[in-house]
Amino acid sequence: MHREITAVEGHYAESDSTDVFGFWLYIMTDCILFGCLFATFVVLNDGNATGPLLKNYVDLKTVLSETFFLLASNFTFCLAMLNLYHRKLLKVQAWLIVTFLLGASFIFLELREFITFAKAGFAWNINAHASSFFTLVGTHGLHVSCGLFWILIMIIQLPLIKAAHIAERRMTYLGLFWNFLDIVWVFVFTVVYLTGAM
Amino acid sequence: MFEHLLFGNLTLNAIPFDVPIIMGADIFMIATFLLVIFLITFYRKWPYMWHEWVTSVDHKKIGIMYLILAGVMLLRGFSDVVLMRSQQAVAAGHSAGFLPPEHFDQIFSAHGVIMIFFVAMPFMFALLNIAVPLQIGARDVAYPYLNSLSFWMTFAGAMLCNASLLIGKFSAAGWLAYPPLSEWYYSPTEGVDYYIWSLQIAGVGTLLAGINFVATIIKMRCKGMTLMKMPIFVWSALCSMILVILAFPVLTVTLALLTLDRLLGMHFFTDFAGGNNMMYINLIWVWGHPEVYILILPAFGIFSEIVATFSQKKLFGYTTMVWAIAIIAFLSFVVWLHHFFTMGAGADVNAFFGIATMVIAIPTGVKIFNWLFTMYKGRIILATPMLWVAAFFTTFAIGGMTGVMLAIPPVDFELHNSLFLVAHFHNVLIGGTLFGFFAGIIYWFPKAFGFRLDEKWGIGSFVFWVIGFYIAFMPLYVLGLNGVTRRLDHYANTQYQPYFITAAIGAACVLIGIILQIIQLYVSIKNREALRDRTGDPWNGRTLEWSVSSPAPLYNFAVLPTVETLDQFWVNKHQHHTEGTVHPKDIHYHPIHLPKNTAAGFIIAMFSGITGFALIWHMWIPGIIGLLGVLITWIARTFSTDTDFYIDAETVRKTELAHIKEKV
Repeated sequence: MHREITAVEGHYAESDSTDVFGFWLYIMTDCILFGCLFATFVVLNDGNATGPLLKNYVDLKTVLSETFFLLASNFTFCLAMLNLYHRKLLKVQAWLIVTFLLGASFIFLELREFITFAKAGFAWNINAHASSFFTLVGTHGLHVSCGLFWILIMIIQLPLIKAAHIAERRMTYLGLFWNFLDIVWVFVFTVVYLTGAM
Repeated sequence: MFEHLLFGNLTLNAIPFDVPIIMGADIFMIATFLLVIFLITFYRKWPYMWHEWVTSVDHKKIGIMYLILAGVMLLRGFSDVVLMRSQQAVAAGHSAGFLPPEHFDQIFSAHGVIMIFFVAMPFMFALLNIAVPLQIGARDVAYPYLNSLSFWMTFAGAMLCNASLLIGKFSAAGWLAYPPLSEWYYSPTEGVDYYIWSLQIAGVGTLLAGINFVATIIKMRCKGMTLMKMPIFVWSALCSMILVILAFPVLTVTLALLTLDRLLGMHFFTDFAGGNNMMYINLIWVWGHPEVYILILPAFGIFSEIVATFSQKKLFGYTTMVWAIAIIAFLSFVVWLHHFFTMGAGADVNAFFGIATMVIAIPTGVKIFNWLFTMYKGRIILATPMLWVAAFFTTFAIGGMTGVMLAIPPVDFELHNSLFLVAHFHNVLIGGTLFGFFAGIIYWFPKAFGFRLDEKWGIGSFVFWVIGFYIAFMPLYVLGLNGVTRRLDHYANTQYQPYFITAAIGAACVLIGIILQIIQLYVSIKNREALRDRTGDPWNGRTLEWSVSSPAPLYNFAVLPTVETLDQFWVNKHQHHTEGTVHPKDIHYHPIHLPKNTAAGFIIAMFSGITGFALIWHMWIPGIIGLLGVLITWIARTFSTDTDFYIDAETVRKTELAHIKEKV
């Protein structure tokens, strides 16, 4: 819609729909990246693995709390988005802060879990199985950390953005990214913790 | 302690003062670099370089920079050829040749990496940048700033690879760095790390460029250009860039896992503690096989454009051509295992991958016949681009046939890792991809630079390249069938030597071909007034890029075109002869909205290069500084609002009228 107007006026197409499309493409590449890591995890966790195994260390209660924190943060992000559509900037920022805190709690629990594992003898360099676990879950955690950083920048940036459509576009990117990480976590939860820990 | 954090493993011993061949290359490289710096300073061109090139987000200029990068790296990659071919020509029987094994191993590794990543890929992106936006009637790519970043990331990767010549060593583990050889316990030095980080950085650039072009082609086509009305080159670019999006993340992961093995002592690919070497080989070929199609598909597109233009006829079987490209793109993901039939996956698996590989010959055959039928009863003009196409037909067909031979698992068991394989893939990569890119460069050169390339020297270089290619690689087929393996720095059986000498003579012919290309470029620049393209349409072309002046104005199209049919420009030319056209004076021009130049892409890529270099040498402080540099520049850019500007209607009008004047 936007593009047609600009085409008629002979503008350089500053098109939101093109930009969001590009972000979807990026999400797809990230999806493939995680796909490879999942495949690696499954291959290196085929039952013949020797040495310390994840199932002897994992505490599913922690994982459950992590899951709640992340899914709840997704919900609060959607609330921020809804408020953005109604141009209630302060509420948007407030909900973004809640999202940040929930995401940070997730990261805190994950790091604590990693440290506990490593101290108990299940470190990343002990065997292939451990390497693939730390890499897959760690890559997800790294993505979430980037997302947290991004949320902080967004909280600062939102009041500075004059055009509403730019704010909406950037929040759409962030939303896509944050939602995507939730979906990946659902797979991590299933493939790594539920299947791998049995 | 602090010193170690700052310099890591880097000491002055890393510079190979004691190896004369490498030192000679280094001195040459540094001298060239200093000469360029001196010339820019002498002619006071720094502001010009910075404002017009380094910070440019114009796809046409980025295309030219890709072209220069590819050309320079071609010389670097070819100097490796000269060393390898002369070593193999002499190192028979009692003679050990002049290259020690550890140096020879670096050379063949660097040759493969450079030719694929820093020659073929930049050539491809050069042509995509120069042609695609113009062919679809767009003012730029979808994300001009990202485009600049992509180029500079590729540049940073290439420079890291070059740095290994001067500081330390390059990988000696082959162009795909198979573990366990590439693991820390067999390759403890920085070589493999150079390999990893130059590819990782360039790979991110390629991935971003892939996203950019898919979005451009899907979202920015001019009015009326439905998918099946796109020029065939755009189709090939689209399929190739989709492959980039699907395949390059796999490369990123594979290299990252190898890095984790080397840096943090993980066990993905080690041959103990549960690691799995073959997983690396599977992963790298899940990227690697699509990669060769990423390179060949645009070449197919170029051939299609050139055959139609120089036969003065519509492309035969446009729809089947599109489907053939799409099917090849799909099949490229289900054949990766044919690179290692010897893994021992069993007869069923090998049979599946063998047959899937052979099936690719069908859409490829469709394309060859389409090109031949396009030429049938056409008024063929044998200009240099068409000559390259003619050479491609036979060369690629031979390469394709040896490919089908290798697709038969029992045959592959015999020929695996032999020179037959080396001859095969050079046959398709040179005879297909490189010839295609050469043809494309000559074809679009006037559109990028405003003047044609000299024909006479062009024919000369063509003759030497093609003949040299055959003399260089046909002996390798024979040797391969006799069981000579690849990557030999020495062989005992002197009966092989005549073949290796013949191959070296072939390489010398190719070298003459390259020299003639350089002369061709020089002569063309000297005679540029005589060769100038004033019409904007030097070849009587069919697609939209020929409807604008050469070189295209900054904004590409004063009025965005509307398309009703395939080859609209060709149709318009023929209608205008009878109906006449609207005079450009009567057109009402509008101000044009364009992106502003930005240094962000360049700065981010340079910091990435620093980070890569620091990680290679385990220099933690510079590594952190580099990473912070990337992040801060990136974030600072998101705060910038001063990202675009308008060209006013009067300037557009003047530029357009000047072009009309020049035409008449």
